[in-house]
Amino acid sequence: MDGQAMNEGYARRPRVGLFVTCLVDLMRPSVGFAAARLIEAAGCEVVVPAEQTCCGQPAYNSGDSASARTLALQTMTAFDGLDYVVAPSGSCAAMLKLHYPRLMAGDAEAEARARAFAERVHELSSFLVDVRGMTAVPGSFEGRVTYHDGCSGLRELKVRAQPRRLLSAVPGLELVEMAGTGTCCGFGGLFAVKFPAISDAMVTAKCASAAAVEPDLLLAGDLGCLLNVAGKLSREGSAIRCRHFAEVLAGELDAPPIGAEREGGTP
Amino acid sequence: MSREHILARVREALSVHGKDRTRHRAVAERLAQPPHHPSGADATPMSPDRLAARFKVQLQRVGADLVEVAREDDIPSAIANYLVARGLPLCLRRGSTGPLTSLPWQAAPALTVDTGSAMAGDAVGLSHAVAGVAETGTLVLASGPESPVTLAFLPETHIVVLSAGAIVSRYEEALEIVLVSCGGRLPRTVNLVTGASRTGDIGAKIVMGAHGPRRLAVVIYGTDTASVGAR
Amino acid sequence: MTNPATFDAAVAAALADEPLQRALADVPAGFVAGRRRARAELPGFERLRRTARDVRDHTLAHLDLYLEAFEANATGAGSKVHWASNGEDARRIILDICHNANARIVTKSKSMVSEEIELRGHLENASLDVVETDLGEYLVQIRNERPSHIIAPAIHLRVSDVADAFRVQHPHLPADRDLATPEAMIAEAREVLREKFLTADVGITGANFLVAETGSAIVVTNEGNADLTMSLPKVHIVLTSIDKVVPTFADAWPLLRLLARSATGQALSAYTTIVTGPRRQDDGEGPEACHIVILDNGRTELLASDLRPVLRCIRCGACMNHCPVYCSIGGHAYGSVYPGPIGAVLSPALAGPGATAHLAEASTFCGRCEEVCPVEIPLVSMLRKWRGRDFSRLSADQASRRRRALLRAWAFLAARPRAYRITARLCARVLAALGGSRGRLRRAPFASAWTRYRDLPAPQGRTFQELWARREQLDRTDQP
Repeated sequence: MDGQAMNEGYARRPRVGLFVTCLVDLMRPSVGFAAARLIEAAGCEVVVPAEQTCCGQPAYNSGDSASARTLALQTMTAFDGLDYVVAPSGSCAAMLKLHYPRLMAGDAEAEARARAFAERVHELSSFLVDVRGMTAVPGSFEGRVTYHDGCSGLRELKVRAQPRRLLSAVPGLELVEMAGTGTCCGFGGLFAVKFPAISDAMVTAKCASAAAVEPDLLLAGDLGCLLNVAGKLSREGSAIRCRHFAEVLAGELDAPPIGAEREGGTP
Repeated sequence: MSREHILARVREALSVHGKDRTRHRAVAERLAQPPHHPSGADATPMSPDRLAARFKVQLQRVGADLVEVAREDDIPSAIANYLVARGLPLCLRRGSTGPLTSLPWQAAPALTVDTGSAMAGDAVGLSHAVAGVAETGTLVLASGPESPVTLAFLPETHIVVLSAGAIVSRYEEALEIVLVSCGGRLPRTVNLVTGASRTGDIGAKIVMGAHGPRRLAVVIYGTDTASVGAR
Repeated sequence: MTNPATFDAAVAAALADEPLQRALADVPAGFVAGRRRARAELPGFERLRRTARDVRDHTLAHLDLYLEAFEANATGAGSKVHWASNGEDARRIILDICHNANARIVTKSKSMVSEEIELRGHLENASLDVVETDLGEYLVQIRNERPSHIIAPAIHLRVSDVADAFRVQHPHLPADRDLATPEAMIAEAREVLREKFLTADVGITGANFLVAETGSAIVVTNEGNADLTMSLPKVHIVLTSIDKVVPTFADAWPLLRLLARSATGQALSAYTTIVTGPRRQDDGEGPEACHIVILDNGRTELLASDLRPVLRCIRCGACMNHCPVYCSIGGHAYGSVYPGPIGAVLSPALAGPGATAHLAEASTFCGRCEEVCPVEIPLVSMLRKWRGRDFSRLSADQASRRRRALLRAWAFLAARPRAYRITARLCARVLAALGGSRGRLRRAPFASAWTRYRDLPAPQGRTFQELWARREQLDRTDQP
């Protein structure tokens, strides 16, 4: 392709705003890079607005709607002018897509803005499969993998088949389903520190389900769930490692798994 | 008083006035012409044979015993045989609705048959069901002077006689039959019986005979449609 | 009554209670599997949920008129309708009825409303012999406990607990009798309670639904105890609440089709009884009088509020069967009449918000409850609303106040992106350093609740924003 046509081709590429999420930004940037790589492989240009911070879930779910509204307006402004808003997180995507319009109820203009915004929002795997029709992925992985469905992504956004479809396209990867893939892992944001004993009972059950299928890796689409499960597996001395599914799909496996030793190879 | 207080608070909660005509009309209309809601199951009408077949499958699922007789007159001996086969006492107390009174009880001479409300020592109660509902294998019993409800609850074994022609698909139809057979007015109780009494409250194990009958048997008669026509 | 401190203590006790944990691992799972099977067998199940929701919403929107219609038709059928604004009213009405009937023995079938108003204790204090006839309720009665689940009240008991309770409660029976199996115990309960059924002067039942078009009550059991309770004594009392009304039988059937399926997986419970008034002139049996006591007790407040949808509830128990929190701690830990998700939404309204608002905190918002609710109550949104009402309350415990301060600080920072980015960069570096080469923290004083039970994975050391910005800069300098 000559330079002119290439430029024109790129000019037609959708511009996707990556909603990186506060947890990915702070704890695990490699997930963000993996997500960007996948979105680019799907033929899009990735834009990372600097004015994004937090989707507002912590405030919203604690009953502080006022603060949540402030953050919602800030987020929508940060992502103005982009074709899509994609988040590597079921809970953040659900917040932006389903709850922003509800937050603005009572203010017709803000509600309309939030509805228009919500149309552009997608969880990562749903964007890749449902919007971009992605069938092949850059990554490859030799080993057994089990997948945990984060509650928001599963029940609010109906994300279930999409990550599995993409994972089945990874050469070498054997996907084994554990029991109770849709059972809550016990993170629930602040729940894990408000009711730590109950959270522990739930994450212990989740780890047992995972262990029963003897995976090398446990994957999920929410870093909150992953920090919780990885932390428990590590405390139990389990050999199971955890990553965000984007890392495997994108082949971004240089960084150690979540909570694992710095010096160590894959997984 | 409490009545006015509560109704006033309801109206206040709904931001309405008691005299609002639209609301009164909506309610009056619904009460006069109840809606037709879906039943959740396939709505294709079933032939009497298919209805009966479905009813029997559902009956078996809830653990009820099934006795089929082609003709009404076979009922007394069929019941006697059932009781013998189960090792149960050959005595029963029956209601007097449907065919129960005119059945040839003398054809089962070993069977002691009493009537009236159930007594404490009764082992077997016999009722006549006004209808059977195929969607769940449910028997519909209507209380009345001739159909004591205690027969369905006090004895350990409850036997119900049901005409194959009275098996309908859905509860809605069964209730219509009850109203027709009771002169357009509901009796004191309409019992929808689906299997015998049971509980899972101890050790999470399902055990029969929690307070009501331990076992339920259904005698379906007129399964030979030719003989039903002949009656 | 419960408060955050007693709740925390109750949770700890429940998690350490091995027989309870075993019961919670088995019983709700059976109900969950049952519901799944029942739903798969009914192709129109999801549509039925919408129908049921619409029936309830229509009724609630016209509740005054349907209540009046119910009363008129019930009265026409020979029942006497009483209205009770609160528990005290209802207790007084019922006690008066019992006194007028010279009652000594009262049988009772399951009624959550009766638990709400603490009826039994009140009647017993007036020297009435009150017997719970639902087996699970009988068990908790003789053990002086509360029910721990709305349809399986004794879910928390071991078989041996029941045997012990029977030996204490039935001393007239031979001490060496066999009580090793559920069958033996149920046979004994049947015998003991049969005597009560036959000698009761008054029978009190609840009502699953009240049908306005005929003034009938629909009462559902698997045991048949409600039927014996309503048909043998000379007086029948139906204790119920304003939210139980449905317009017509046509409207009741969708609810009944969903009730047992959602609760246990049965297509229909063993005994679904439509009762309309006392004995008729020619009837040979039945009570001489039928009283219907209709209770408000905070429901009109719910009707007026943005929590109105909770009044759709048909008391199936599916929400708690599917709730991972309920299945970890059981019903007693909630310390309220209604446990589980429905309890967390209802109890603050019925008991007063200060008392039980913390129940709304004990949820991960996983959403399973709303997914299975037969009348599509948006339980998660309602829990969030309770949290919102509680958020501005000043009188909270110290831990809550601290959390709220942290949340406010977080929101403050997040609304200032530049300051946020700088703070995030700092935290990423500090925590990564603390995590060291292990890549995780086993102890973190600032997050001790977390690290008590699990490790805290360390961050990678730099924020995504700064790394992305750096990459962008490199890309720009790379371009010709």
